Amino acid sequence: MDTATVIENLKNYDGPELKLMEVCGTHTASIFKSGIRSMISPAIKLISGPGCPVCVTPAAYIDKCAGYAMKKDHILLTFGDMMKVPGTEGSLSDLKGRGASAELMYSPFEAVERAAAHPETMFVVAAVGFETTAPAYALAIEDAKERGIKNLKFVTALKTVVPALSLICENQPDIDGFICPGHVSVIIGIKPYERLAVKYKKPFVIAGFEAEHILAVIYDIVRQIKKGEARAKNLYGNAVREQGNIKALHIIKKHFEEGPAMWRGLGIIDGSGLYLKNEGSFDGGSRGLDADIKLPGECRCKDVIVGRINPDECPMFAKGCRPDAPWGPCMVSGEGACGIWYRNRKA
Amino acid sequence: MCIAIPGKVISLEGNKAKVDFSGNTVTVNTGLVDPKPGQYVLVHAGCAIEVMEKEKAEELLDIFADLEEIR
Repeated sequence: MDTATVIENLKNYDGPELKLMEVCGTHTASIFKSGIRSMISPAIKLISGPGCPVCVTPAAYIDKCAGYAMKKDHILLTFGDMMKVPGTEGSLSDLKGRGASAELMYSPFEAVERAAAHPETMFVVAAVGFETTAPAYALAIEDAKERGIKNLKFVTALKTVVPALSLICENQPDIDGFICPGHVSVIIGIKPYERLAVKYKKPFVIAGFEAEHILAVIYDIVRQIKKGEARAKNLYGNAVREQGNIKALHIIKKHFEEGPAMWRGLGIIDGSGLYLKNEGSFDGGSRGLDADIKLPGECRCKDVIVGRINPDECPMFAKGCRPDAPWGPCMVSGEGACGIWYRNRKA
Repeated sequence: MCIAIPGKVISLEGNKAKVDFSGNTVTVNTGLVDPKPGQYVLVHAGCAIEVMEKEKAEELLDIFADLEEIR
């Protein structure tokens, strides 16, 4: 079937209203970019879930990182979006004006190189991410160990997608199907979604990032629902193997253990955090960083993340909450649902 | 955050590869994959997470170039 036929089918859908959730910020961006919502029937609602690990990072984690960044002879290294996440005393970006040493990194391996070149400075990596990024931190630690590097620490805020999907299925039973993340799935493969599909009796389909791929996944989910099926499928076969990346899964298991983790806006989810195990001085202290700033009463991020409302239905959207002055997690990152909706809103 | 970009492996040395991204050569960790020179790898945070066929990699490059504009 070609894309035109898929679009025609989705445009003419006249069944009961369906809610499909995408849980990857890059999918959210692609859906906007290609105007997918306007190509399909208004009865098929696309909901943006908790698609970005940066967005769900609580204030206590930012404060911990800021503490290192303010310390003499310490440099905090992180990916760009983390700089804007609000902590109790402001974001890392705000704190730079007050003497904090917080710098951007391209990869955790860069942190290893910098630590090797400057043994007099302690480098602290703000190791945020989902399953896609966790193996890179583990490999960087292995590299640093081999080279006898002592001046490097990792403060992790690593989260796993499947427990969050379970929570959404438990709390938001009216979501009819899930567009599953492409690059998380490169690592974890399809099996975790098979278990979710059986347990919650909904389709879970892994999608690539092109409009055609996302449309094909929407079509597949709608077709499954029509036929009363609830299966996990991989429609991003050019990158995702059924079994995932075995080496990556192995290295995650070797260096990390699961534990409860705080998701800003959602609360603590059991088993959704990855924490370093037995890594001695490389472990910068990542457990129990659960406290968060109190979000304003009108902030509806919690409802946005679980798909109860769209970002523009929040009373603070584009008013008290904007990308340059974010409150809730979904507005903080470039890949948060509110941030993407804000940049693509009609003026 | 989980964005991954395909690049072409130019050379390999131990657990590292020189990878070409549209003319920029970057050193990438290959501890999770076993690529050969000339193959494409999907790279996230300085780490190759999968080996890809050339055509599929080029398809991906198109879409990510487009998405950069709105991020």
